[in-house]
Amino acid sequence: MTPRQKRFAFVGLGLVVVGVATWLVMGALKSNLSLFHTPTEVANGEVPKGRPFRIGGMVEDGSLKRESDGLTVHFVVTDTAKSVPVTYKGILPDLFKEGKGTVAQGQLGSDGTFVASEVLAKHDENYMPPEAAEAMAKAKASGEQRSDAMVAQP
Amino acid sequence: MIPEIGHYALILALCVALVQGILPIYGAAVGNSSLMSVAAPAARSLFFLVLIAFGCLAYAFAEKDFSVLYVAATSNSQLPLHYRLAAIWGAHEGSLLLWTFILTIWMFAVTLFSSHLPETMRSRILGVMGLVSVGFLLFMLSVSNPFERLIPAAAEGRDLNPLLQDPGMVLHPPMLYMGYVGFSVAFAFALAALLGGNLDAAWARWSRPWTTVAWCFLTVGIALGSWWAYYELGWGGWWFWDPVENASFMPWLAGTALIHSLAVTDKRGGFKVWTVLLAIMAFSLSLLGTFLVRSGVLTSVHAFATDPKRGMFILAFLAVVIGGSLVLYAWRAPRVGLGGGFATVSREGLLLANNVLLVTAAASVLLGTLYPLFMDALDLGKISVGPPYFDSVFAPLITPALFLMGIGPLAQWKKASLPDLGKRLRWAFGVSIVTALVLPIVLGEWTPLLSLGILLAVWIFATAVVSVRERIAHGDGGSVVARLAGVPRAYWGMLLAHCGIAVFVVGVTMVKGFETEKDVRMNVGETATIGDYTFRFDGVRDVMGPNYVAAQGAFHVSRDGREAAVLHPEKRRYTATNQIMTEAAIDTGLVRDLYVSLGEPLDDGAWSVRLYHKPFVDWIWGGCLIMALGGVLAVSDRRYRLSWRREPQTVPVGAQLAGRQMA
Repeated sequence: MTPRQKRFAFVGLGLVVVGVATWLVMGALKSNLSLFHTPTEVANGEVPKGRPFRIGGMVEDGSLKRESDGLTVHFVVTDTAKSVPVTYKGILPDLFKEGKGTVAQGQLGSDGTFVASEVLAKHDENYMPPEAAEAMAKAKASGEQRSDAMVAQP
Repeated sequence: MIPEIGHYALILALCVALVQGILPIYGAAVGNSSLMSVAAPAARSLFFLVLIAFGCLAYAFAEKDFSVLYVAATSNSQLPLHYRLAAIWGAHEGSLLLWTFILTIWMFAVTLFSSHLPETMRSRILGVMGLVSVGFLLFMLSVSNPFERLIPAAAEGRDLNPLLQDPGMVLHPPMLYMGYVGFSVAFAFALAALLGGNLDAAWARWSRPWTTVAWCFLTVGIALGSWWAYYELGWGGWWFWDPVENASFMPWLAGTALIHSLAVTDKRGGFKVWTVLLAIMAFSLSLLGTFLVRSGVLTSVHAFATDPKRGMFILAFLAVVIGGSLVLYAWRAPRVGLGGGFATVSREGLLLANNVLLVTAAASVLLGTLYPLFMDALDLGKISVGPPYFDSVFAPLITPALFLMGIGPLAQWKKASLPDLGKRLRWAFGVSIVTALVLPIVLGEWTPLLSLGILLAVWIFATAVVSVRERIAHGDGGSVVARLAGVPRAYWGMLLAHCGIAVFVVGVTMVKGFETEKDVRMNVGETATIGDYTFRFDGVRDVMGPNYVAAQGAFHVSRDGREAAVLHPEKRRYTATNQIMTEAAIDTGLVRDLYVSLGEPLDDGAWSVRLYHKPFVDWIWGGCLIMALGGVLAVSDRRYRLSWRREPQTVPVGAQLAGRQMA
């Protein structure tokens, strides 16, 4: 091979690797991105069916129920405007508490229950997952707008 | 008073760093020897000043001085002394101080082991490192001062996050930072070469040991972090592709590429421009990693933006360092030259392929880590990129690199022949294929991934054996022992590090393929079985720790009726923060770990419990240790010692530094 052909061979090889990588990245991003939705969005049906996503908010006080197997739990996640019932089988993280923020990954079942595959314990210093805090802030903001509208109507 | 001394020392350090960053580089440019000679004394005084600051902060923690905001925020009077000292790097401000301190340690080491370098080179290296420390000192003094006072003083501190109250966490950040910051030496070498416009094999030989030592520290640091996550987070995972982990993994990938590229520059004078770019990349990713983890941008882009001063400083600093060095690169790199030519199939060619794959893998990790941040920052929705993304992108990119790893050491420089390589490697290949097909069936389960993992691991081992055999067959000297002794240590180091990878691959493959996990409700006296092991739950009792209370469970594990282990997992409540923590109990073995963690208390003394049987899991971290040992062995090679021959010491810096750290 002449040096020129050789250089082309190397450049070609590099392009192939980058191309394969891009293809892998695109494919993986397409199927593995999970979007975050607030309980209000879930209740309003603005969420993808049959695709996993995340929800976040506060665990409603007194909503935590445990089945007799000791592992299956039911609780309700709320952003103060709307609530979503959640089912999870497994051990809850240490930081999971009623009245505290949580984030769950899973799918929406046909009966409107969110079936969680994972309940996350990530949090900042204030023990509130940022996604959960944001969901509640959003609900609060839109809630105020709604009450304004109600005042305007006789 | 003491914190003010620390603060003052930092201010003085900034002044010294400015002098160190400006005068020697200018002196090197105009050929003024007296200006250049400022570099070494300045670097040493910088080290002592930052040491004083670090000591002052340590003193404040030891004395429980809650009038210092940082101390009050990250420690507590009940916290034992060793954790109070570890709390120095428990949060943002102290971590920056540790970073700067370690940077000055590396600088000090450079002044000790660089007398053989040309004066211009040496002053440029120290000058660049001085400029980097200017950035960090300025950052600390302007927006994240660890010595900031809290007036009136707090009566009690807020406590260190219980997750961090652990021996692994005490060691993990310093090791990691030794690695991150160690790449600043390679970075400084690269910039010095660009400034001087000369980059030869001698340059590569000088910067190789530094880079390798930094890489060893980083490897151990990452392994420690992973091990910590495994036993301390309580849920048995060892790598989560969490942004915090990725932040340390990206510089490792770039650094690994750099080590290999440096080998070509050293031995063949090739890849020069690419080596320089990789050095810049490795250090830039280290900086990015530090800031990603420490700035709070990961927890929330918006929280990060609420403290705009810090965020702006970080972005500006990254822009100056990365942008500046890339501009310098674009301007000066053409003068450095490309180096010798080589054929597609040659050791250079294989190393180039390794480099392209490693860098592409690093880029894919970078994309997955930063993508959610960008989406969030642009208000395009909150998304998360989960482990499946990384698994499905990273594994296919790294698999060919692992395969080529077996061939590279056996290929000739400049030009190798494929048929010849095929002939030399056919036995290794045959053995790997057969083992990969048969072993999973013997173990009771065959999956393509399992087979692939075993294939790669056996392939790396087998090619290493072939490589040693050839060395013996073609070596000089009479007896086999003499021939073995004739093989340079650098070569043994490389083989050892590669075998470390193979050990690591075995660990990952076996854990992924054969681990068993069970979440179960257990009454007192009840048993549960996973694999061949039966766990009997004997109830919990209360125990008191220095700053926590705990429920401690007792589990008797038996196999074929014989007792295998007694495990005591705990559920702790830390009194200062009222935080609950799961403390898993692990019985470690060469070929398996037994792992129990307590879930939640249920009625009648029953608990929900998580049980794991994890075959070969310790090989994951063992492999990392072997890799690091390989690096240390390589650095102790004679060829580097020769380049230090004008030194009074005969032990190379790498081994010394490493020895001190490991001790």
